Amino acid sequence: MKFVDEYRDPKTARKLVDAIAKLSSKPWNIMEVCGGQTHSIIKHGIDQLLPEQIRLIHGPGCPVCVTPLKYIDKALAIAAQHNVIFCSFGDMLRVPGSRQDLLGLKAQGADIRIVYSPLDALKLARRHPGREVVFFGVGFETTAPTTALAAYQARQLKLTNFSQLICHVRVPPAMEALLSSADHAVQGFLGAGHVCSIMGYHEYLPLAEQYKIPIVITGFEPVDILQGLYLCIKQLEENRHVVENQYQRIVTQAGNQPAQQLLRQVFDVVEQDWRGLGSIAASGLALKEEYSPWNAEQRYAVDAIDTVEPDACRSGEVLQGLLKPVNCPEFGTSCTPEHPLGATMVSSEGACAAYYRYRNHD
Amino acid sequence: MTEPKLNCPLPLNYEQIVMAHGGGGRMMQQLLDKIIRPAFDNDILAQQHDSAIINIPANRLAFTTDSYVIKPLFFNGGDIGKLAVCGTVNDLAMSGAKPLYISCSLIIEEGFAIKDLQRIVQSMRASADEAGVKIVTGDSKVVEHGKGDGLYINTAGVGVIETESSILPNNIRTGDAIIVNSDLGRHGIAIMLQREGMDFASAIDSDCASLAAPVQALFDANIDVHCLRDLTRGGLSSCLIELAAVCGRQFEIREQGLPVRQDVRSACELLGFDPLYIANEGCFVLFVPQSQAGAAIATLQKHSNSQQAVQIGTVSEEHADGRVILQTAMGISRILELLSGEQLPRIC
Amino acid sequence: MCLAVPGQIIRISDDEPLLRTGLIDFSGVSREISLAYLPEAKADDYVIVHAGLAIALIDEEEAQASLQAFQELDDIEAAP
Repeated sequence: MKFVDEYRDPKTARKLVDAIAKLSSKPWNIMEVCGGQTHSIIKHGIDQLLPEQIRLIHGPGCPVCVTPLKYIDKALAIAAQHNVIFCSFGDMLRVPGSRQDLLGLKAQGADIRIVYSPLDALKLARRHPGREVVFFGVGFETTAPTTALAAYQARQLKLTNFSQLICHVRVPPAMEALLSSADHAVQGFLGAGHVCSIMGYHEYLPLAEQYKIPIVITGFEPVDILQGLYLCIKQLEENRHVVENQYQRIVTQAGNQPAQQLLRQVFDVVEQDWRGLGSIAASGLALKEEYSPWNAEQRYAVDAIDTVEPDACRSGEVLQGLLKPVNCPEFGTSCTPEHPLGATMVSSEGACAAYYRYRNHD
Repeated sequence: MTEPKLNCPLPLNYEQIVMAHGGGGRMMQQLLDKIIRPAFDNDILAQQHDSAIINIPANRLAFTTDSYVIKPLFFNGGDIGKLAVCGTVNDLAMSGAKPLYISCSLIIEEGFAIKDLQRIVQSMRASADEAGVKIVTGDSKVVEHGKGDGLYINTAGVGVIETESSILPNNIRTGDAIIVNSDLGRHGIAIMLQREGMDFASAIDSDCASLAAPVQALFDANIDVHCLRDLTRGGLSSCLIELAAVCGRQFEIREQGLPVRQDVRSACELLGFDPLYIANEGCFVLFVPQSQAGAAIATLQKHSNSQQAVQIGTVSEEHADGRVILQTAMGISRILELLSGEQLPRIC
Repeated sequence: MCLAVPGQIIRISDDEPLLRTGLIDFSGVSREISLAYLPEAKADDYVIVHAGLAIALIDEEEAQASLQAFQELDDIEAAP
């Protein structure tokens, strides 16, 4: 696959690993922000290639992991309603709510379907005018433009049987929340490349400046990640702290303007709860007032939902980089992908599941 | 061998299956006589007895059964009928048996198009002929509309074991070569891309095929086959993990050189799948002494569905619980684990 | 987060900007993808696709330049 295979070349990866080893004079803790990067790191074994003193901290950039339990419960409540076709990305189907997950609800007869895009859910609504189609829109700034477009098109088409349960989160406020907490261990960031393809990276300039931390916008293939690490460590060694762009083939500083414009048109920036991290100001996106008819939360009264968090799960510490999955007492014993205590074990890119699936045999 | 009667006209008053087609009366007889018996036609079926009476020329028999439920019923590279015959034939072949006879039980949903049923039973006949087996007995039932996905098929099969040795996971030895006959993941991806709502277009066809001939060729070439297993649900990884556990050994396979077609790889990238865990229907893994690996591969490559036969790894040592290690392209080894369920398309 | 895959635009449907789609080829698998956010995209361009939408054009020159830089790592290593 062009633009993929070149960035998986083992020889180039090896060269970068050697360059990183030469460059690193002391231990450095670097957080890859995005769950897609975590997945790639563990799958290809990049963490094992690195010199021991380079420690990777897996960041909160996995929507399955950070979507608050109450939204899973809302999704379950809506999906259980008569006449609803509930559409979701495959990622969310195994995430446990307080009492069950969407796959379990489907087994009881709910019409729950996996779609590739919110636009496919919209198509489904047009094809089934007698049914109510609801799309579960989770994810970061990469995914928000897809649900924004679906909302916009639904409004243009005056579709009355389509709505979305929106739980979008924004990356920069979460990074800032991490940086402003007293006990964080992060010394450098690999920024989330695809989020930045939409948003650009001007939002990160003040963060790097204020918290004196290097931020390298990075892609997802092994060579991208290693080059991102190289650039980040180089800054750390040279005591610099600026925003750099490793992912120049995709990301520009300004980002995708038409997408940003539609985001502003469809969503308000709001305070948002993150699973494991708590409430973060200005970290979420909610449908604007004029999109209320297409807002599933308003269409179905799902506010008074009783949500019960399991107490044994320490995913909050994992998401903040304070606890390695393997050091959690529940890991692999009472918490497995078959019986997850928390979302970081459910999501295929959750740090716990990635460790469970790809853990080294030593 | 009897030619399938492909030009049988639609003889019934209905174009769809109705409950009466399962009711034991004239309509059921018509369905059997006009659609099903002509398709499967052979001397044993023609006995029209409650059981097929067959002569088995051996003292060791292999006997297996499997049920087939699939959406969509027709897919690139096959249909549920071909799948139902090849699946059971392959289960026999993997035991080292020469497949001889299979049964066919149809569970048909009311409203199912008779022309589709006809297509499917004719496809079963064609697959049976190709695999050298006869469909000698069967059954059909009709369930109410909404109580089935159009059609379910169960097949059982018997075959004879003509070799002295047994083909069992416990025969796997340290030092054995691990070989696959064909490229990985095509069936699962072909089906996934054709599911409702996916809307992808590709030339990916299911690898669904009978494996009786290439397996027989291995025996004819006197290859010392230690174990065979077809890769079905769960793909290569799940199959190897199961076998490693049974024989108590460690398998090491190399990521580079695993046969996966470019378009299958692309589809996996799009959906967030790992090709090592995707279903196949015409792929098997073979364990032979390393000294015979070259001969085994050369023998397999003479068959149309096994031209890509290649060694993917080695049985490296004993290991009490059994484990499978993947050497990644990056030069790292990691353990392969069973997935907790089916892979779901993801975007995150 | 954010599985996004590169593909090449085969053809573009003529439509108003926010409904515009293109047939995108992903090395042997193709699909209609929304081009609402890439008004400047044209046939043969490579784009990055996420959840049914093209989100960015791939800058082929930048891609070439980065690969070139990797090649030069060798030269740095080889230098005395």
